[in-house]
Amino acid sequence: MSGGVTLSREKVRAIAALARLELTPEEEALFGSQLSAVLDHVRVLEELDLSGVEPMTHALGAGELPALRPDEARPGLEPSEALANAPAREGTFFKVPRILE
Amino acid sequence: MIAGELLDLPLLELSARLSGRRASSREATEAALTRVEATDGRLGAFLRVTAERALAQADAADRRTARGERRGPLDGVPIALKDNILTRGVETTCASRILAGFIPPYDAAVAERLEAGGAVVLGKLNMDELAMGSSCENSAVKPCRNPWDLSRTPGGSSGGSAAAVAARQVFGALGTDTGGSIREPASFCGVVGLKPTYGRVSRYGVIAFASSLDQVGPLARTVGDAAALLGAVAGHDPRDMTSSARPVDDYLGALEGSAKGLTVGVVRAWLEGGVEAGVAARVREALAVYERLGARLVEVAMPHTRHAIAAYYLIASAEASSNLARYDGVRYGLRVRAAGLRGTYVATRTEGFGAEAKRRIMLGTYALSAGYYDAYYLRAQKVRTLLRRDFDAAFGRCDLIAGPVTPGVAFPLGERVDDPLAMYLADVFTVTANLAALPALSVPCGLDPATALPVGLQLVGRPFDEATLLRAARALERELGPAPAPRALDRAASPPGPERPA
Repeated sequence: MSGGVTLSREKVRAIAALARLELTPEEEALFGSQLSAVLDHVRVLEELDLSGVEPMTHALGAGELPALRPDEARPGLEPSEALANAPAREGTFFKVPRILE
Repeated sequence: MIAGELLDLPLLELSARLSGRRASSREATEAALTRVEATDGRLGAFLRVTAERALAQADAADRRTARGERRGPLDGVPIALKDNILTRGVETTCASRILAGFIPPYDAAVAERLEAGGAVVLGKLNMDELAMGSSCENSAVKPCRNPWDLSRTPGGSSGGSAAAVAARQVFGALGTDTGGSIREPASFCGVVGLKPTYGRVSRYGVIAFASSLDQVGPLARTVGDAAALLGAVAGHDPRDMTSSARPVDDYLGALEGSAKGLTVGVVRAWLEGGVEAGVAARVREALAVYERLGARLVEVAMPHTRHAIAAYYLIASAEASSNLARYDGVRYGLRVRAAGLRGTYVATRTEGFGAEAKRRIMLGTYALSAGYYDAYYLRAQKVRTLLRRDFDAAFGRCDLIAGPVTPGVAFPLGERVDDPLAMYLADVFTVTANLAALPALSVPCGLDPATALPVGLQLVGRPFDEATLLRAARALERELGPAPAPRALDRAASPPGPERPA
């Protein structure tokens, strides 16, 4: 563990693009330094020897989860209910802006 | 009895009066609505008050009582819900612009269960946006204040829940806890807050933050009140595939037990460096009370505590970045029009999310991205295994672990907003229970001598052993009493400033 983590402007912009966010230049600088500080702290994990340690991929122990429920059709939301919050709709569809120009 | 005195009653005492027809639900609900009206302009606990609906529920409860058909301890009792719990027909926003105007088409399982128990829901409570934060300052709507000192934070993210309960606006509330979001505000506001074991309470209809950590739980003024609320919402729900089928214990029955014979684990490091003197003093006194009551204290080790925050923020942010991908302006919530579909996604998310949500989405996106997954997310999950092993080893020697909830008492609004890492580091004692999927609660253990602000004692238990936590918390409460009522809101028109002991 040597030196601090510094995310470059380009890296910050690339992460934002993956997350479908657009940052102002001020936000790029601010979030860049704040995220760098967090990633710097996270390096504390590097001191651990994790060889042979299984990841905890589920919060409940084996045998704790109930059996899967039967796969059978059950009533769900009516289309009108499912569409009630849509920003734009047409008939029984969610309407979105054009995908292909 | 005058209305204000009714509001000072614990939930179970109000319930006994309703049951004996010495008070009506309408009377209690009107008193609570009046209190909200009079105080919430300064407190900021409520995002939405559903007065008409609440009064209709109250009248229905009173009619049931008259017919001798009371549904249980919550029937007719005014409560409120954190705004990440879906309520059919009532706007639910998670205190975020991205969900402004969202009217859920169905109820969360916990809302259904409370309604089935006859509870009167007064409205939706303020929180950090999308449950991300420890101070309620990330609410996109307005900050919430601490009823003990209006210049300080109530904690977060369930800050509105803790503040409303402490300020006698409601008799109990539900919050959610992903890394301490029930226990920290409970501790800051002098109320009882319980995060159940992962899987104990259904998350169906609860807006997801970090799905391997999130749990719903009660905030209330007494341990018994919290037990009643937990009993009403706990249990298997086939609509949440992480919901456990284990039978639910008798939580109210557990309150009768004493602390005698319990073995209480103490982590010496949790009481040393970094914990404010007043907090450490109150926690040590609580431990002495347990010893006096016939419990045995044993020292246990939590060697991976120093790695917990790093593991937690990687896992929680990674899961959040995935869960929050659903906010794209297509099916519900905000849509900001821009060129093309992708442009609309970006414009919607950029305008809809606040700074903390953006930071966490970016941290999570980075931790999951190609080339970094093994170094961050996978490593954090392995550390999670080590933390769980620490607890398993400790629980071989003790029945529960006691310590502080937070390193300090409620801090001034604005103090940490520019330093997210400092805000995160203060979660060191609470995130471990979420990572290990264990039940944990905060119970008031006195006031900090320096500030006269409440201090909470945290108790962490074995999986699904909420009953022992409640039994131990009740034993302490019997000795110390619940925290007194905060007075900041009743000192009319004085400018917000630090409160001093009377």
